[in-house]
Amino acid sequence: MFESAIQYQAQMWQAIGETFVMVGMSVGAALLLGLPLGTLLFFYRKGQLYENRFLSLVLNSIVNIVRSFPFLLLVVALIPVTRFIVGTAIGTMAATVPLCIVAIAYYSRLVEQSLLEVPKGTIEAALSMGASKLGLVFKFLYVEARSGLVLGLTTSTISFISFSTVMGVVGGGGVGDFAIRYGYQRFETEVMAYAIVVMIVLVQLVQFTGGTLSRLLDKR
Amino acid sequence: MPYYLKRFLIKQFLNNCNTIIGQNRGSLQSGQEGGFGILELSRVSKSFKLKAGIYQAVDDVSIEVKAGAIYGIIGASGAGKSTLLRMINLLEVPDSGTVTVDGHILTEMSDKRLRKERQKIGMIFQQFNLVYNVTVSRNVAIPLELAGLPKRERINRVQECLDFVGLTDKAEQYPAQLSGGQRQRVAIARALANNPKLLLCDEPTSSLDPVTTADILNVLRHINESFGVTVVIVTHEMDVVKTLCSHISVMESGKIIDSFSREDGGFQPAAVSSGSYRDQILGKAGEAHV
Ligand SMILES: Nc1ncnc2c1ncn2[C@@H]1O[C@H](COP(=O)(O)OP(=O)(O)O)[C@@H](O)[C@H]1O
Ligand SMILES: [Mg+2]
Repeated sequence: MFESAIQYQAQMWQAIGETFVMVGMSVGAALLLGLPLGTLLFFYRKGQLYENRFLSLVLNSIVNIVRSFPFLLLVVALIPVTRFIVGTAIGTMAATVPLCIVAIAYYSRLVEQSLLEVPKGTIEAALSMGASKLGLVFKFLYVEARSGLVLGLTTSTISFISFSTVMGVVGGGGVGDFAIRYGYQRFETEVMAYAIVVMIVLVQLVQFTGGTLSRLLDKR
Repeated sequence: MPYYLKRFLIKQFLNNCNTIIGQNRGSLQSGQEGGFGILELSRVSKSFKLKAGIYQAVDDVSIEVKAGAIYGIIGASGAGKSTLLRMINLLEVPDSGTVTVDGHILTEMSDKRLRKERQKIGMIFQQFNLVYNVTVSRNVAIPLELAGLPKRERINRVQECLDFVGLTDKAEQYPAQLSGGQRQRVAIARALANNPKLLLCDEPTSSLDPVTTADILNVLRHINESFGVTVVIVTHEMDVVKTLCSHISVMESGKIIDSFSREDGGFQPAAVSSGSYRDQILGKAGEAHV
């Protein structure tokens, strides 16, 4: 195990780097776009503050369609979009495009769920104080939902890590791809085990960090 | 106290009120406060669409509240009290009618103006509705931030408000670490932060024990006396309106069916008339089992 680990050390580090790029970008997209999308899903929902059947239907359909695609098919289907955004459909950066899109859809659902757990009374209180929409969102909703938002992002990140393992198909690289190319295809079982251990450690680390942070943030 | 018993007591209270009002209507009206009308609801109605049809929660209600009054609205659960109260700051938009607060017609305002006006109307709730993930002092600071007060003044004002409700030493604690009464004090401090003219209270003591209830009522009275804040309080607890209010309206099925004013120094007429009997039933001894 140690020999192969040392032999492929450079490739392994590169693979870890690629995984970090892909997962990091997905997390960024989830926060930058998934969070606001989830907030809209929440607000437009039936019985919520800005209930809107039409917009709710549109956004829900988009999110559902993205999430119901088998991930590999989505990657293939998005190749033209990827080429348009990144300039190429091959490579780590290209792989981040479908990952980000799934990340946005995936996290938005968890955001919606977390916001639904904020008591209606909290929103009432905010409105009674004359809070604007942004004031309501940033000073009340996200504050009260923050441990759920962090936990949701933790779960999402672990899913993104898992999704990122198949990005070898478009030359995305990453630890999963490394395991398949060096471990599986070259019959280096030790290398495969090594890669799997790396994945397990990665997931544990994310879960531990997210779980702890979520607990620390929860003062309720 | 079981629901049906409460309902029965309120019914009985209403009947007695009717008798009294019939006898003394003239003197009651002259007994009102001299202040100008700081709040006027004019023919407001609100209905909700339910599966079973349209439900008229508030039905053509008009009230006028004088500046400096403590105006109580009592009625059984489901009478429409909360809906009526929430129409005052337009948390619930009336289907028809106008709401005027301090000369401003809220029902005709843009959202932006309305938000500014809401900053001048404090509100407290049965469930406190605090932000539980931030400290007590931050809870009080939030309305000041929303109003755009500079940081230095904010810190001073938070301090003042917490001093007023007697929670100076709890400033850096989280609401979860406080008792119910203390949480309601935080809510009161938060509602007072922007120096409101009007304080709306929706069942503010209904989840508190009798001792804490008395405590909170004292704070509310203190606010009214010290700052001249007009208080509108909605409750199903007879004790609350009896000890606190200068004016009582009785609500049933979405309508105000009766109104009383407190005479100078004396009690409101309903209590005087039936004397110790009602005190016994509706007083502390009865309410303690709620
Ligand atoms: N948003 C709403 N949608 C449907 N029905 C409502 C809504 N708000 C209140 N109601 C109904 O209106 C009636 C009066 O409610 P409320 O004003 O809360 O009464 P109270 O505060 O006197 O107990 C109740 O029957 C309640 O179910
Ligand atoms: Mg109510």
